[in-house]
Amino acid sequence: MEITRRHLLLLLPSAAVAWKYVLAGTPESAPNYKLTEHWWGMLIDIPKCIGCGSCVQACAQENDVPDGYFRTWIERYHVADWKIEKPEVESPDGGKQGFPANETSGGKNFFVPKLCNHCADSPCTQVCPVGATFVSPDGVVLVDKKYCLGCRYCVQACPYGCRFINPKTNTAEKCTLCYHRITKGLTTACCEVCPTGARQLADLKNPKDPIHEFLRTHTVQVLKPHMATGAKVFYNGMDGSVR
Amino acid sequence: MFKDIEHLIRLALVMAIAVVAFVFVRASVIPHSFGQYGHYRGDAIAEIAARPAAYAGHQVCEGCHTEVVDQKKLGKHVVVPCEACHGALSNHAEDPASVTPPKLDTALICARCHEANSAKPRTFPQVVSADHSGGLACDTCHQPHKPGIESSDKKAAGGKK
Repeated sequence: MEITRRHLLLLLPSAAVAWKYVLAGTPESAPNYKLTEHWWGMLIDIPKCIGCGSCVQACAQENDVPDGYFRTWIERYHVADWKIEKPEVESPDGGKQGFPANETSGGKNFFVPKLCNHCADSPCTQVCPVGATFVSPDGVVLVDKKYCLGCRYCVQACPYGCRFINPKTNTAEKCTLCYHRITKGLTTACCEVCPTGARQLADLKNPKDPIHEFLRTHTVQVLKPHMATGAKVFYNGMDGSVR
Repeated sequence: MFKDIEHLIRLALVMAIAVVAFVFVRASVIPHSFGQYGHYRGDAIAEIAARPAAYAGHQVCEGCHTEVVDQKKLGKHVVVPCEACHGALSNHAEDPASVTPPKLDTALICARCHEANSAKPRTFPQVVSADHSGGLACDTCHQPHKPGIESSDKKAAGGKK
């Protein structure tokens, strides 16, 4: 076949596109880390939490979280006697500096650490109009900063209030489950510093992870199970008043 | 055949060019890794994973500070990871000679966990520091890596737990 000018014009763009792929190659990933071999979650043992705020501080330092915004925070619950439906919840500065001694008498008081639940069927990723947030193949809900428009749909969609717009970058931000740490074999910053072991990173795909034995032998719950988000942050010993 | 067929050919040509231009622009604007794993940029995963860690992890600390590990084993603080009190120290782990961890103020650090609060678990050792120590730094009596006080001293100090 004789190549005419028109043929050449048609061929050139497709050749250019193909060449782009050749140049880009395959993206680099962390060595020895296989995306398909993990399915991350977290275990929170409420009876062990002392509300010291170490996790909140560590998270802020590890991830450069701006002041006044939180990727993880601690709530103090006060439930007066039978008023389970109306707990008093407070979280001064996210519990970063701990909690002042409370004078309330009667009822019960306890701490609940909160963070992104890394839902398997996450509402926040479903509403993203540009594909900037997603559930990674290893089960972590992440935000692609370069793609995020800052439209705030995801902030509204998260039933747990785990997202915010970073005032510096104007993009959505949230807990990454310390993705840069867990892919290198470390635990998350919050789990690393928890002095009582109230927070534990869990790999649900690893049959040797102690999470499986724990889930089998304890009364464990997720937050807002009626929303069917597939939450993967499991709470042990959680009171019915926790929202 | 049609009369003035060249008009149609010209139109078809313009449309063909438009389609090719669209495909070309689309392919060059969308990142090549978009759709690799799903409706998002696959490279974002590696980019997020590339961030450096601020907390070294207690395994790294324990590699050098073996004497502290042995000491901690004797007390209740064996379960407390190093950076829970000492703070993020991956800088120190990478360059132990030039980056030295700051000295801690035990009156503040210990109180973060051990100051009494009704929401803390009952079994967790708590004190009202004003009554317990009267403003003294905790390490006046307690050794933070092995916080228990020997039984003979305990009566004299009047401490609990």
